[in-house]
Amino acid sequence: MLGLAAAALIVINLYTDWLQPLRERAAALVTPFYWLTDAPGRVTDWAGDQLRSRDELLEENSRLKRQVLLLEQRSQSLAAVKAENTQLKELMNSAEMLDERVLVSQVIGVSPDPLEHVLVIDKGRDDGVVPGTPIMDAAGLLGQVIEAGGSSSRVLLITDASHALPVQVLRNSVRAVAEGTGDLYRLKLRHLANTSDIREGDLLLSSGLGGRFPAGYPVGDVVSVIRDPGRPFAEAEVQPRGRMNRSRFVLAVLSGEEQSVGSE
Amino acid sequence: MEANNRWFIVASVVVALLLAVMPLPLGWLWFRPSFTALLVIFWINRMPQSVGVGFAWLVGLAEDLVTGAALGTHALALAVLAYFSLLTYQRTRAFNPAQQLLWVFVLVGIQQVVGNWVHNLAGKPVPGLMFLWPALTTALLWPLTIPWLDHMAGRLQVR
Repeated sequence: MLGLAAAALIVINLYTDWLQPLRERAAALVTPFYWLTDAPGRVTDWAGDQLRSRDELLEENSRLKRQVLLLEQRSQSLAAVKAENTQLKELMNSAEMLDERVLVSQVIGVSPDPLEHVLVIDKGRDDGVVPGTPIMDAAGLLGQVIEAGGSSSRVLLITDASHALPVQVLRNSVRAVAEGTGDLYRLKLRHLANTSDIREGDLLLSSGLGGRFPAGYPVGDVVSVIRDPGRPFAEAEVQPRGRMNRSRFVLAVLSGEEQSVGSE
Repeated sequence: MEANNRWFIVASVVVALLLAVMPLPLGWLWFRPSFTALLVIFWINRMPQSVGVGFAWLVGLAEDLVTGAALGTHALALAVLAYFSLLTYQRTRAFNPAQQLLWVFVLVGIQQVVGNWVHNLAGKPVPGLMFLWPALTTALLWPLTIPWLDHMAGRLQVR
C-alpha cells in the first residue's frame, strides 16, 4: 500500500506540478534545516570578521573606497549612455528598457543530490522572489529560481544538466543555446551551424529571447570550438562566468511578474 | 501512562535529516552516507513491534521535503528497506559485527537501487555504479554509531 502511495507520489511529482503549492508551504519547515547546517559557516565568517587586525581593515577600507570611486565614475558615464540609449530606442519605436530591481541574498544551502545543481537562498516570496526570478553574482548569471517558499527559495544553476538558456555572442550577436552539462565549470553550445562565427575567447551574454532572463548579462567565455566536418553541427564549450560553487552572496533580479517554470 | 521516551526517536531522525543536507565539498557528495537508512535499520532491529514500514515511509517523506527530491523518492526507497529489514531482523540481531556490516551494505544497496531507479525516471543519468557508494559508507558507519545509539536508547528506555 505504502509502496503504491510512494510510487504514485513520485509519478505525480515528476510529471505534473500539482504538488508545487505543498512544497512551497513545506519550505517554512525545511528552511531551518538549511539555516542550521549553514551555522558553522556563518560562525567562521563572523570570527573572520571579528579577528581581523586593524591594519587589514584600514587597508581594505581604503581599497574599497578607491573601488567605489572608480565604480561611481563609471556609473556616471553609464547614466549618460543609458539616457542616450533610451532615446534612440524610443526613436526606433522599440520596447522600453525596464530598470530591474536587485535584491542581495545569501546562499544558505546546497542540494545534497550530486546529480542536480541547486542552491538554497535565504529570500523567498515575502521578498518578492518568485519562480523564474533570475539569480546572478558579481561575475555573471548563476541560474533561476525554481521553487519559492516564504523566506527561502531553491535556485537551479545554469550548469544543471536539465537547464538551457538562450545566449548571444557579444562580438557579433550570433545566437545560440547554452546547455548545462552537470559539470560546474562547463556549459555546452550544441547544434551550432558549422559556418557560424564563434571563436575561442568570445564572451556570451544572455540574449533575453526566452523571456526568462534579462538580456545583456554575462554568461560565460567560449573555451573551445569543435568543428568536425564529419558531424552535422559544430559544438562549443563554454566556461561560465558566475562562480557557481563559490558565491556566498547572490543577486536576485526582480521584475515583478511571475513566470511558470516549465521543463526546458 | 508510563514514559516511553519516544522523543529520542524523533530527535535522532531530525539529526539524521540535518546530516543529510549538511554542505559537503563537491567531490564528497557521492560518498555521503544515508543516515536515515542507518536509523531505520537500527530502530527496526531494536523495536520491530512498534517501528515498521510506515515509520520508514514517513521518515523518507520528510527527507524528500528537506532535500528537495521528487516527493516519494526516499519514502519508497526507505519503505522497501524497512520491509527487508523487518523480514530479517531476527537474523540480523544474531549476526556478528562483520556479518552485520555486510548485511547493512546489502540493505542500503537495495535502497540506493530504488532511489537510482527514480533518478533514471526523472531523466538524470547516473554515471556507472557511483550511486552505490553511500551503501559502502553507510555500512562502514554502522559499527561506529550504532553501539552508541544502542547505549543511549537503553539508558533512556525507549520503548
